[in-house]
Amino acid sequence: MGKLNQDKLYAFLFVLPSIIVIFTFIYLFIGWTGYISMTKWNNVMPNLKFVGFRNYSRLFQIERFQIDLHNTLVFTTLFILACITIGLGLAILLDQRIKGESIFRSIFLFPMSLSFIVTGVVWRWILNPGSAQLGSVGINQLFDKIGLGFLKSGWYTDPDIGIKAVVIAAVWQLSGYTMAMYLAGLRGIPYELREAAQVDGATPTQVYRYVILPLLKPITIGAIIILGHISLKIFDLVAAMTGPGIGFSTDVPAYFMYDTTFRGNKFAQGASIAIIMLIMVGVLVIPYLIFSAKREEA
Amino acid sequence: MKGIRVLVVGLIFSLLLSTLAFAGLSGKLEIFSWWTAGGEAEGLNALFNIYHKLYPDVKIINATVAGGAGTNAKAVLKTRMLGGDPPDSFQVHAGHELIDTWVKTGFMEPVTFLYKEEGWDKVMPPGILNIVKYKGDYWSVPVNIHRANVLWYSKAVFEKYNITPPKTFDDFFAVCEKLKSKGVVPIVMGTKDGWEAGHVFETFLIGTLGAEGYKGLWTGKTKWSDKRVTEALMLFDKMLNYVNSDHSALTWDEAGQYLIQGKGAMMIMGDWTNGWFMAKKFDGYGWTLAPGNEGIFDALSDSFGLPKGCKHRDNVIAWLKVLGSKEGQKEFNMRKGSIPARTDVDMSDFNEYLQSCAKDWNKDKIVPSVIHGAAASEGWATEYKDAIALFVAKRNVMKTQKALIMAAEDAGVDQ
Repeated sequence: MGKLNQDKLYAFLFVLPSIIVIFTFIYLFIGWTGYISMTKWNNVMPNLKFVGFRNYSRLFQIERFQIDLHNTLVFTTLFILACITIGLGLAILLDQRIKGESIFRSIFLFPMSLSFIVTGVVWRWILNPGSAQLGSVGINQLFDKIGLGFLKSGWYTDPDIGIKAVVIAAVWQLSGYTMAMYLAGLRGIPYELREAAQVDGATPTQVYRYVILPLLKPITIGAIIILGHISLKIFDLVAAMTGPGIGFSTDVPAYFMYDTTFRGNKFAQGASIAIIMLIMVGVLVIPYLIFSAKREEA
Repeated sequence: MKGIRVLVVGLIFSLLLSTLAFAGLSGKLEIFSWWTAGGEAEGLNALFNIYHKLYPDVKIINATVAGGAGTNAKAVLKTRMLGGDPPDSFQVHAGHELIDTWVKTGFMEPVTFLYKEEGWDKVMPPGILNIVKYKGDYWSVPVNIHRANVLWYSKAVFEKYNITPPKTFDDFFAVCEKLKSKGVVPIVMGTKDGWEAGHVFETFLIGTLGAEGYKGLWTGKTKWSDKRVTEALMLFDKMLNYVNSDHSALTWDEAGQYLIQGKGAMMIMGDWTNGWFMAKKFDGYGWTLAPGNEGIFDALSDSFGLPKGCKHRDNVIAWLKVLGSKEGQKEFNMRKGSIPARTDVDMSDFNEYLQSCAKDWNKDKIVPSVIHGAAASEGWATEYKDAIALFVAKRNVMKTQKALIMAAEDAGVDQ
């Protein structure tokens, strides 16, 4: 018994430093941000007078923030749907044990090795609408050259497209990653299961529909969590590619937070945006944590 | 024998003089700005050259952060200042950006003694002195003056259709209508960077409110609910009907191409446009003031100050003296394409536009620009910019005026 306690003590001592560090630099700072979001600190110098939820109620009156929330919703939905569809499609294709599979796998995965800044700059050029004087460039020029000029558009400079143009870049970068997740999932499904289904007379479509896809559900949930938390706090891609855009059509909460904090000196307002983003991510992640904790127990 | 003695005395004397001149000035001088390209970078280098000739032992560090209107530089500067690592001197828009962000918060040292020693308070007009002043002290040295409320036009287009430059809003819209019927873009504008629309709208506010009314917006004397603000918004809305359709994809200078090519007729933009036209080797442009802006000079100014706790204080004071000197002001502004803040600089080497601008600087009523940091605190200016940027996309007069009222309340100006 004494031995066990001592072991526990040692184990605790070993993790203590990381507990302290994580507590200080993550949870304490979250708490500090939460406190700042309820103060009057809307100038360069700190003013820690408590004002309750006033910053929040003010924030929701700002039209820019309303647009931002809407943009986040559009971005997250389209981004997750597209990544999962494309990722799953590519994974199923690669799973057919084709020749040169590893080459294709690498090609699809490569975009993930870039930072969002690089992706943003590249797609800014590709989707550049060009101008009346200089003619079209990027993808618009391609459309011109192959006789599909009617497909030309203003892309991210068109307020009706706005954030959806950013989705294209984000999907390009992360659908390969989703593919890798699904591919691993597919490889984890025992071959006997497919064989058994085939013996029972299932067509290939039926095999996927009734056997494989249900077994991939945990992968899908994992993918939604990972992609979702990326998209809810996206900043660098937007900053490099478009900025806030026309009428804030490509603006996101994180960009507004940066603008209002470091350009407008409204630290309290910036902190309240940060807390709202934290809550949004929390809504997505916490049920998953509970879900996986329960599964581990079972 | 006597000759040698004279020589020796002379030598000692000159040695003494030279050491006196450079006394204490060695080490480094870090200058922080967002002047990275074109005429402004050349102007900055000209200042460095003057400084270097006077104080050859000081090593100048040119710390620049690229990005138009200093949007990125200001964020970097803020982290450095709050982190206790101020650059020796930094570029800041004279006016509320200087006073509200850095002076009231106690980050700066007053430079009133320099104004007294060098007599600057006698050679700069009150319009600029007032905006670098707070509680009776001066806090920075303005290097240049830009004018924001200029309407540029293509001479070729105006001559072709026999148009005289408009002065009032009625003239202005009559000209727009005429040009539109001829298939020329009446107003060219680029709204890509977010601030350009706010810039044009500021001149519309001046146009409907006049100099005093406009200045009152920033002190609370004029309410933002005033019907003349509504009128400015409606006029601005009307103007948007005459703007190039691809404005959202262009920056102001890309839009300016319309003017150069004669496809567009007019553009309301600050007088850095003049320098840009010169760089493009285009001289077929004329200028007048934005509608209703007669006799008013909408000004912005870049200035440098003396941060508390900077590492090379003496070097900075020498730097500020160079900035305020006649030579410094002339060399810098000729290259940057702006006018000196001092009114006693010989303007004969400047181009025709700048000469006329300098004349107006001496006689017009000076009002501070909001979008360029002179009229309001950064927080307020940012909200103003956002409201107008949204207006361009949504065109909702009521909602925009409400947002503008709210921005003023946020800034602590009762409405």
